[in-house]
Amino acid sequence: MAPQASSISAALREASLAAAVALVLALPLAGVRLPSGAAEPLAFRPWWVVAAVLAVFVGRFLIALHISTRRPRAFAAPPLFDRALGAMTPWRRWIFAGFIVAVALLPLMPFADRRMIDLGSLVLIYVMLGWGLNIVVGLAGLLDLGYVAFYAVGAYSYTLLAIHFDLNFWESLPLAGAFAALFGVLLGFPVLRLRGDYLAIVTLGFGEMIRIVLINWSDLTGGSEGISSIPAPTLFGLSFTANPAAGETAFHQFFGIPFAGVHKLIFLYYLILALALLTHVFSMRIRRLPVGRAWEALREDEIASRALGLNPVMVKLSAFGIGAMFAGFAGAFFATRQGFINPSSFTFIESAIILAIVVLGGMGSQMGVVCAALVLVLLPELARDLAGFRMLLFGAAMVAIMVWRPRGLLSHREPSVRLGDRAGGAP
Amino acid sequence: MTGAPLLALRQVETFYGPVRALSGVSLDVHEAEIVTLIGANGAGKSTLLMTICGNPQASSGSVSFEGRDITRMQTHAITRLGIAQSPEGRRIFARMTVMENLLIGTTPVGDAHVDEDLARVFDLFPILRDRTRQRGGTLSGGEQQMLAIARALMSRPRLLLLDEPSLGLAPIVVRRIFEVIGELNRNQGMTIFLVEQNAHHALALAHRAYVLANGEIVMEGEGRELLADERVRSAYLAGA
Ligand SMILES: Nc1ncnc2c1ncn2[C@@H]1O[C@H](COP(=O)(O)OP(=O)(O)O)[C@@H](O)[C@H]1O
Ligand SMILES: [Mg+2]
Repeated sequence: MAPQASSISAALREASLAAAVALVLALPLAGVRLPSGAAEPLAFRPWWVVAAVLAVFVGRFLIALHISTRRPRAFAAPPLFDRALGAMTPWRRWIFAGFIVAVALLPLMPFADRRMIDLGSLVLIYVMLGWGLNIVVGLAGLLDLGYVAFYAVGAYSYTLLAIHFDLNFWESLPLAGAFAALFGVLLGFPVLRLRGDYLAIVTLGFGEMIRIVLINWSDLTGGSEGISSIPAPTLFGLSFTANPAAGETAFHQFFGIPFAGVHKLIFLYYLILALALLTHVFSMRIRRLPVGRAWEALREDEIASRALGLNPVMVKLSAFGIGAMFAGFAGAFFATRQGFINPSSFTFIESAIILAIVVLGGMGSQMGVVCAALVLVLLPELARDLAGFRMLLFGAAMVAIMVWRPRGLLSHREPSVRLGDRAGGAP
Repeated sequence: MTGAPLLALRQVETFYGPVRALSGVSLDVHEAEIVTLIGANGAGKSTLLMTICGNPQASSGSVSFEGRDITRMQTHAITRLGIAQSPEGRRIFARMTVMENLLIGTTPVGDAHVDEDLARVFDLFPILRDRTRQRGGTLSGGEQQMLAIARALMSRPRLLLLDEPSLGLAPIVVRRIFEVIGELNRNQGMTIFLVEQNAHHALALAHRAYVLANGEIVMEGEGRELLADERVRSAYLAGA
């Protein structure tokens, strides 16, 4: 199909806009070469700017043309429903079950070294955060750009409870979740009347506010230094130290095996795996309950939902609060895994990564979140040399996916009611 | 008509920002009646139905249900009193299954009677029984309309509000929908307030009717009376 004049001019307009943005960004980023020594002056590189702007212009033009000619209505994609329906077969569940088993066996494999197990638990943190945010963004359709705030609240409340009140991990974990949920509800109350973009901007602001409070309330939080020597979790009272304090038994003593540092890593791995699975099972189950259905209905059509008796404020608050609770659990785990925390772990970029995991995973898809977390967490960790290009890759991936898979990598929604639950309501 | 009306509107005015969509509307709907409201596109029919549900709320005048003033009540509280709506354009939850759509309908009453109510709506619309696992968005227009009515019935309403159920449907489907509305009223004594542009069908079915123009009631009477009226015929039944 030949591109039409109108689509060419529209593509040109979009490309010019993108090029203008690129120019503004490229002037300081690519245009100026930082001196290697203090004595050297800043060097200006006009050709780099020209190249960057040209590349963006041409690229954006081609993409716009591609969309307008090949897929005139890429964003109104009802066939997805059909495809999703076709995908709703038992083999999907088997694949998922097999995957869980493989993940559970990973630390016991001979090739699993400390680094691999440690990375595994890092990925699982993000999987859990992704599943938690998926409740808010995927199920309830509320775009939350400040999710990291609740992660931070969980981490700090765990830490403060453990240090000041001498609570152990298992006692303070639920409290950390409860605090985060409380914050979710408190922050949600004023902002949930806003929609879409506005909600996103305000939640972004709240996320940053929490971080700034953490920096400035240094009496409580240790300011930007943070808090260290956070107690490690125990397994039914068995600690994972080489030389336990008097009266305590360590894991290796109890089982009569030699001490190995990897035991603690394996324990942490299983801990976060259990927490992540808890999140998964919870989100699967809640979708079949009235409250979960209400989230989805409100996301689909607010006017119809209200006419059918849903109270939008309560429905949204419950999604916000429950999503925050899981971030709180994850935060508590993060704190105990690291042994120290400071506000720099809770910047906006964390929210962006978690949101990217949900969006790239296909809002509402559990397995998609796993895949996206694997890619987004592992790639930068494995390719540290490419650290400078991290954000660039990240942006390119986002653009590519928004163009080709606007509904996410594995977009699909499983019905929450199956045959057998209620056999067609036959009398 | 004997006794107090189930639904009574008195001098209701509703605004969208500065624009007045309803100016002083008064009407009654009695128990076990089918009352229809006809009017041209943009007359304010949907606004009237939405005002009954409190979204938007009337800025003056009053809406009362079973003698109780509901003008300032919140929409979700109003549905709990027993008012259910099949909104304009059906507004099916497209990505959710037919069963999920129906279960959302139980929100005001909880799920104590859900199996019984499902059986009841499936008797009314047998086609839905075969579609329970299908996504709402994949239904045909007629099936979506049936689902919208069934979904509203899941809350065991005392008053059913229907906004243009015949919109965009083939004549044979329209006939079926109107048949079911009649059955609901005859067999279950359901009180129905029906908004329609399809004046011919609506007036033939309704006990009483109102005509709305530019946000005002300009005529009222028995359904058949209006159907025979020359002014109604020329304004709303041209070509019918
Ligand atoms: N959400 C809205 N915001 C502003 N004006 C509206 C809105 N909905 C309807 N209107 C206006 O109110 C008037 C009545 O509309 P409506 O109630 O939809 O009429 P009908 O259902 O009879 O076609 C119209 O002039 C319409 O433009
Ligand atoms: Mg209308």
